[in-house]
This record gives sequence, C-alpha cells and structure tokens, in this order.
Amino acid sequence: MSRLAQAFAKGRPALVTFVTGGDPTPDATASILDALVEGGADVIELGMPFTDPMADGPAIQLANLRSLGAGTTTAAIFRIAAEFRARHPEVPLVLMGYANPMTIRGADWFATECVKAGVDGVICVDIPPEEDPELGPALRDAGVSLIRLATPTTDHARLPAVLDGSSGFLYYVSVAGITGMQQAAQASIDEAVARIKASATIPVAVGFGVRTPDQAAAIARVADGVVVGSALVDLVAKHGTDAAGPVKELTAALAAAVHSARKGAF
Amino acid sequence: MQHLPPAPKVRALQIWTFPRGSAKRGRMNAPTPNSFRTLPDERGHFGQFGGRYVAETLMPLILDLEAEYRKAKADPAFQAEFDDLLEHYVGRPSPLYFAPRITEELGGAQIWFKRDELNHTGAHKINNCVGQILLAMRMGKTRIIAETGAGQHGVATATVCARFGLPCVIFMGATDVARQAPNVFRMKLLGAEVVPVTAGAGTLKDAMNEALRDWVANVHNTFYIIGTAAGPHPYPEMVRDFQSVIGKEARVQMMERTGRLPDVLVAAIGGGSNAIGLFHPFLDDPSVKMLGVEAAGHGLDKEHAASLAGGRPGILHGNKTYLLQDEDGQITEGHSISAGLDYPGIGPEHSWLKEIGRVDYTSVTDKEALNAFQLLCRTEGIIPALEPAHAIAAVQKLAPTMDKDQIILANLCGRGDKDIFSVAEHLGVSL
Repeated sequence: MSRLAQAFAKGRPALVTFVTGGDPTPDATASILDALVEGGADVIELGMPFTDPMADGPAIQLANLRSLGAGTTTAAIFRIAAEFRARHPEVPLVLMGYANPMTIRGADWFATECVKAGVDGVICVDIPPEEDPELGPALRDAGVSLIRLATPTTDHARLPAVLDGSSGFLYYVSVAGITGMQQAAQASIDEAVARIKASATIPVAVGFGVRTPDQAAAIARVADGVVVGSALVDLVAKHGTDAAGPVKELTAALAAAVHSARKGAF
Repeated sequence: MQHLPPAPKVRALQIWTFPRGSAKRGRMNAPTPNSFRTLPDERGHFGQFGGRYVAETLMPLILDLEAEYRKAKADPAFQAEFDDLLEHYVGRPSPLYFAPRITEELGGAQIWFKRDELNHTGAHKINNCVGQILLAMRMGKTRIIAETGAGQHGVATATVCARFGLPCVIFMGATDVARQAPNVFRMKLLGAEVVPVTAGAGTLKDAMNEALRDWVANVHNTFYIIGTAAGPHPYPEMVRDFQSVIGKEARVQMMERTGRLPDVLVAAIGGGSNAIGLFHPFLDDPSVKMLGVEAAGHGLDKEHAASLAGGRPGILHGNKTYLLQDEDGQITEGHSISAGLDYPGIGPEHSWLKEIGRVDYTSVTDKEALNAFQLLCRTEGIIPALEPAHAIAAVQKLAPTMDKDQIILANLCGRGDKDIFSVAEHLGVSL
C-alpha cells in the first residue's frame, strides 16, 4: 500500500497540511515540516513558490514572495523534499504549485526528480483534465500520484473526467474562490462530498477556507480528509524562523479535532 | 490609370513546416497545410501553444464561453449587432491613409497607416470590447471585470459597460495607475471602479493575476473581458476574430485604392491583439510579409518586454506561449516605456506564427520609439500612442531598404493623448 493510501486507511479522517516551501527561508522549512508531522498531520503538502500564484489569496501570495525573495529555487524544493523523506520515511509528501515551474524543464524531468526526492503526489493548480498531456502521463509513468482538484463548479457531467487519471486523493475545493478567504457553508460541503464520494474510488479531502479545529472537525465528519493551509502560513508569516512551535501547536489542535471527529457520531 | 504592381522584392515565405513537438504524446494538432487561418484546433491549441491552463473552478465557465461563442459566431443577428455598433458607435471603417511626408522623409517604400487611433476611445481596443460585451449579455452575465496596462483597454471596457449599463471593475497595476493618470480618470468618469494592484511590479501581469482571482470568486455572474489575444481558449481566437475587422477593412481599402496588396504589414506587439487583427486576414496571401514589433525597452541585453526575442515557451495566464522567465520558470518583469507593451508574455498565435516562420518579429528600444513618436508628430500631424510608435520605429528602419513602388501598411492602433505626460518627462520637459 502506498504512503498516501496508508494515510487515508487509519480508520479515521486524515489531516492534510500545507506550507509554502522556502518560507521564510529554504533552511527554515525543515523545522516547520517536522512540526507538522509532530503535531499529527497525516499528509504534508509542500508548496512550490511561483511569481504569479493566481489561485491564491493574500496569505499564500505573500508566502510565495517571501520564499522567492529568500532565494528558493526548484532545486532547493527538491532538496527540502529529499531531506524530509530521509527523516520521515512513512509520511506522505505532496508538491503543490503551478504549471510553469513544474513543466519548464519537461514533465519527464519533473517526474524523475519527484521520484528521486521521495515525493508521493503532485497537485498542479492550473492543469485541468483538458491539458492532462502536459504533466499527467509523465507522473503516472513514474508512479507519482496526480492529485486533481474538484470545485463547486465541477458538475456531475465533468466529475468523471476529473477523476480519470487522478490518484492518491481528490482535493475538493469547497468554495469558488482563492485560498484563505471565506469558508463554504457546511451544508454545501456535506452535499458536495456525498455527491463526489458516490463516484470516487479514491479518498476525498476538503480544503480552502478551513482555519479552526471546529471547522475542520465539522468537515471531517463527512470527508476522508481536511486540508489546512493559509492558517498555518499565517503563523509562518508572524513567527518567521521561530514558527515551528506555533505551527506544531495549531497542527496538534487540528489533528485532535479531525482524528476524533467521528467518535460517538456513529 | 492604375498601373499593375511590380513584383514584390521581398524574400519568399519559408516552406511550411509542422510546428515542433506537435506529435509529442499523440497530440497532433496541425492545421491544413494550405492555410494559416484554420487554428486553433478544437482544444484551443496553435501547434504547441495556446490551450486552457486554468484552475478547475474556471474550466466549466471557459467551456460554456466557448460553446456560446460558437453559437454567436454562427448567428447573423449577433454579427449584425456587432457590425452596427462598430459603424455607428466606434466609427468604423477607420480610414486607410497614405502618409506622404514620412514616406518622403524615409525615402523608400510608400507608407500607409490603418487609422485605428481614430476609433471612439482612441485605440483598437474598443473593437474587441464591443464583441465581448455582446457575448457577456448573451450569456446573462451582469458584472464585467477587466485588466488594463496603459489604460486603453480599461477605458474601452468602461465605455461599453456604460453604454450597456453594466457594473465594471478594472484591475490596474499601481505603477500603471501612476503613469497613466488621465486614463484612470477617464475610467472613473465612465462609472468604472478602478482597483490598483500592488503585487509584483504593479503592472499588467499583476493586474491580470488579480482579475483572474476576482473571476474565480465570482464565476456565477461575472464576465472577464480580456483585452489582448491571450489567455485561455477561446480568448485568443475570440479576440483575434473581433480585431480582424482591422485587417479585413484594410485589405478591401488597399485593393480599392491601389489595386494591389501591401508588401509588408507592420504592427506593435504587447499581447498582440492589434497585430493579429491586422495580420490574420492576410495570412494566406503569400506575397504579403508581416512584421511584429516587440518592445526592447532599455535594450535586449537589459530590461525589456520582448517575449519572442528574449523569452521561451512556458505556461502563464491560461495559455502556453513565449514568456520572459528564469531557468526555474519564474516569470520576470518586463520593461517598456509603453505601459501597453509592458507584459512578459504574448498571444499564443504569435508564438506559433513565429515558430512556423509565417511572420517575422523584431524589436525596438524605448529610445527608438520616442524618436518615431516625434517623427510622426512632425511629418504627418498625428500624435501616436507609444505602442504604435514602436511599429513606426520599425517602419523607419524598413522603408529605406525597400523600393519606392513597394507598400508598407502599419497599424496606427492608438493615439498619443494619454502619453504626452510621460513623453514630456522622457524628453526632459515639465508641463
């Protein structure tokens, strides 16, 4: 069983956490990733910085700028990933970012580097199923999961195309919008997750706008996983190279809420 | 009596070649080899360029837009309304003008201008805005957003929104807000909300990022009027089609006036909408050469905005095209004296036309554009925008190398009223 499959097969919902790689500096990222693991995160998303993060709200936009300003390169991201893999052989690691940095040296190059660094999956914000040949075949050939996004605008007719070629998990973006802004109404999340899970054979994780343990717990009652990003990135913004402590604290609170969300509910 | 035109003394077109990499992973999408006017393919690709690289939230909307555009394109009523507005509201057809004094001064080919600077709002941008707002209303959208660099597209969008009574939000880089103050005021007079974007260098690329962020959060009611022939499919095709009125008119006018086709077409390129609008109707005329002119800024070895000359293919803002970027694919900032050319990318059809060799591309510096700006003022009594001043600078180099019976047709895509303050500053004059 792959690391990603194991993360969603623990008999409880999974906590998926996102931070931007290289924020505030490439060297400081390792301690922040360790804090996520120690806090109880089940899957780690490592953001690849990009100059033009057009799907992101202010928090992650600024994180991208801090990271690039500190000199983070693609090579540094793969070095951070490889070192994480050496320290945490069992924790799944997913790269998340935009198409241009992922494809500029060729999709095959990127897929090979993912394998070498022990990366389990890739989320590319701006490659929809229609442009799958750009990256999907190379990742699948290399055995790296392509994790696609579904959104409130992904209707019943489109969902099979989104699921086709996806693996690891499906990332349901709960609001039509950018990261870190408003939260969706819980009823709409419940309805969407139920609809998607009727078609999906892979786990469904829900993100965008999830900031507190209570919100995370409410989603974990219906979804296989909950994704938290901007709230953690805000802590990195506030505490800089001393962010590991606060990040671990919030992660632990989120993990407790997510992992126990279904206890007594059934 | 009209003399027959002499045989053009320009080099022959390159032999047709299939775009490089088109067969990769089974993605064959070449046009029929006897026409350059059949692309994009059904997936929105021009060879390896173009496409639909957008977030999933936007994808269903992009597909709806494409379907609705196909219907509108086939609907005579839509075309009739578009034509009527272009004639009576925009003031088309724009004149085709033979420029005698600049021709004499340069001492070579005859220089003709397509006078799109005489359009309502002072540039070619309005052609596209009329088409897109008709489509927006056809789709039942009730709110319009747009990005703008020099402010010409923002003014044109605000204009059609006022004309049709739709609320309008314009995203404009904070740097551009400062250097294009007259256009900011125009947009506000027209009822638009202007949102200054401080991210990045505060120019056109950042404005486009912010417009995309707004769109993804308001997909249910909002139509994004993209100002250039770039972005996700169907925008490059749609904007080209609306702007092709420039080339269609010019072709007919030139035949009526001279009985022949021009030898060379010249147009400035930021995203490339005025150029593709002029070029596209002539692409299958083998005797007509075409020259696109990018902004070389301070020089191609320094800061510039020439994506084709100094960039390489990559993915940004929904399409694959030539981009200014570093080795990691991080986008680098463009620079041009002209806010309208200050963009690190270019429309995907231009990338394809460059790769197959149908169109030649060159670049001119800020300084050359400033000189050409003054030359046109002095010789023809026309104050051009800094964008077409780049085309005129290329004409300045080209015309003396050609014979006096040859014809250059340049697109005068905007007037310079908006630029007099920044030109004065560059010339060391305080107003």
